[in-house]
Amino acid sequence: MKLTGRGLRCERGQREVFSGLDFMVAAGEAVAVTGPNGAGKTSLLRLTAGLLALAGGSIALEGGEPDLTLPEQAHYLGHRDALKPALSVSENLSFWQDFLGGDAAETSHALSVVGLDHVAHLPAAVLSAGQRRRLSVARLLAVKRPVWLLDEPTSALDTEGQNTFAAIMTGHLAGGGLILAATHAPLDVAARELRMGAVG
Amino acid sequence: MIALSALVRRDVRVALRVGGGALIGVLFFLTVVVLMPFAVGPDLALLKQLGPAILWLGALLASLLTLDRLFMADHEDGSLDVILMSRTPLELACAAKALAHWLAVGLPLIIATPVLGLLLNLDGAATGAVALTLFVGTPALTFTGMIGAALAVTLRRGGLLLAVLVLPLSIPVLIFGVAASQAAISGPLPFGTPFSILCALSLASLVIGPFAAAMSLRQGLD
Repeated sequence: MKLTGRGLRCERGQREVFSGLDFMVAAGEAVAVTGPNGAGKTSLLRLTAGLLALAGGSIALEGGEPDLTLPEQAHYLGHRDALKPALSVSENLSFWQDFLGGDAAETSHALSVVGLDHVAHLPAAVLSAGQRRRLSVARLLAVKRPVWLLDEPTSALDTEGQNTFAAIMTGHLAGGGLILAATHAPLDVAARELRMGAVG
Repeated sequence: MIALSALVRRDVRVALRVGGGALIGVLFFLTVVVLMPFAVGPDLALLKQLGPAILWLGALLASLLTLDRLFMADHEDGSLDVILMSRTPLELACAAKALAHWLAVGLPLIIATPVLGLLLNLDGAATGAVALTLFVGTPALTFTGMIGAALAVTLRRGGLLLAVLVLPLSIPVLIFGVAASQAAISGPLPFGTPFSILCALSLASLVIGPFAAAMSLRQGLD
């Protein structure tokens, strides 16, 4: 499996963010997208996730499920956690697992991996920022998707949480998955760097 | 199917929990209808004549009040991104969200109607007629309002814009909803004519609403 982007061009609000960008991520490989604020790291991830329209170029996933589009085979972990404060931790996770078509048996396993099994019955409103992030990481585990698009995945995580997340990423890569992550901090797994330039 | 029922269940559950839209909608409906007799005065004949219109206006405003959060809440917390990336067609997801909104906000209004009918001096048959027209007509309000709710996300403006966009679309529903209720109470029109048109409006909005909303959400990607 291979994710490639060719000649990508991105515009936000009539202004060009970047153009002529190429990237390639192979199965089992992690690519860390780095660069100053405003260089277009988040935009690149959202383009890949199909959440932004391409102004030019193309993104393709080779060797995936032929019937599914790239966004349908990808997880996007953004700044916003996609959690409903009124629902409990386990309700939040089982909703995404039902909605995205994951395996129901994975839910409690995913919660224990990210260390949230002891708060599963609490409403998500009372979680700390780090716990909310852990819960959204649990979504990546509960529903299997080969492509992970991670935007600042370790922000708000404590040292132990970062180690856990590094182990989760290593497991995903070992299973043939691929990771494209925008980050300022080191990614804690062997990763190639894709450096994006400053705003012109 | 599992995905859609999960979405409906989640939205209904969120609406029914503390701070959700269901209670706010039905309380607002109650307030509007209870205030009317005080504003109009103790003229029983006049109240009876205005009754269906007051109930319909109350239901329209109550469903509008909670509609602007339909997609905005999911947009703000990032859920909309995940919904857009899922294998469920966006049109069906929009329809499921509108159905959940109707179950949580529209249905309680209809259940409250018989109680409020007493305050407006409506007899049993008249209340039944209004409740029946609301039952058929409120889905049209939700499914046309959904288009405005999706546009509010696309244009990044909530609140007042939604009212300006949605209220003109709901005029036909209001006309035939009230006309059918009046026909059942005082005639001279047969009840069936405006009621059939109301049903048709509802069915048309069930089809058009999800497609228009999904198209608007796709346009508004950011």
